[in-house]
Amino acid sequence: MNWGSASAFWEMGGYGLYVWGSYGVALGLMLIEPALAALRYRAARRAAADLDDDPETDA
Amino acid sequence: MSTPLPSAPTRTTRPPLRWSTFAAPVRFHALTGRLIPWLWLLTLGFAAAGLYIGFFVAPTDAVQKDAYRIIFIHVPAAWMSMLLYLAMAFWAVIGWAFNARMASMLARAIAPTGAMFTVLALWTGALWGRPTWGTYWVWDARLTSELILLFLYLGFLALVHAIEDVRRADRAGALLAAVGAINVPIIYFSVKWWNTLHQGATISLTAAPKMAQTMLTAMLLMTLACWAYAFAVVFMRARAIAVERERGADWVRELQQAGGRR
Repeated sequence: MNWGSASAFWEMGGYGLYVWGSYGVALGLMLIEPALAALRYRAARRAAADLDDDPETDA
Repeated sequence: MSTPLPSAPTRTTRPPLRWSTFAAPVRFHALTGRLIPWLWLLTLGFAAAGLYIGFFVAPTDAVQKDAYRIIFIHVPAAWMSMLLYLAMAFWAVIGWAFNARMASMLARAIAPTGAMFTVLALWTGALWGRPTWGTYWVWDARLTSELILLFLYLGFLALVHAIEDVRRADRAGALLAAVGAINVPIIYFSVKWWNTLHQGATISLTAAPKMAQTMLTAMLLMTLACWAYAFAVVFMRARAIAVERERGADWVRELQQAGGRR
């Protein structure tokens, strides 16, 4: 184990701001991105369904 | 006329796999839909292992102390930014050369994730540079060419969205992506060809790594995590693009009937 205590872990030898600033943004981006992709998929499926609900016309 | 021999009862067989099997949006959509949950599982597994080793097993660095631990996200993100660009360019050119629209859709799906990793590489690099180099940024060859990579990703997205005809947009994007691909070897060799503040290669395919084994292991596990993540997100987006583009098609209709609005 590298860390004497939980607070030592968060402090990262004085570099906490840089280390957690990096991992925090990484986590944030990697949560937002799939969420946006999922929303996009759902919207696409809804739009496809709405297309079918409209009275159909011959091409 | 002789009586025909009795034939074996026919069983439902899947057609043989060919290179073009998953070029059909319906099959791409079905296959990726099944793969995505496993890809997320792999992402979490690799990330848990990589982060555990990176923070609890790998020792403190002699020179950089604990600031070096940014490496476990910075390097994988940078590698992904380059790899995804090559993948995007590859699929865009395939889509152009073979008129394979699913390939073009895949290229469009890759771009935002590639851009994300580029931003992450630049951001984590800046936060690593501040305590170690004394600066967030410097216009050296490595950093500058990585920034240009970001502009290429954003340029690709802007271009394909600016052209109304979807297939023309795909082809224009393919040209941009292909021409921009030269930037990737430039980024990679920049630390060798120019005098850069960014450090040189620590890992090579030919020589022993100049890095502690535990650090290397953690970094490779995090790279696998980022790779699995990229597959998962890109597949999610590609499926969305396929449904958007093929809205009126039979296979999309059948999707709706099979699964409701899900």
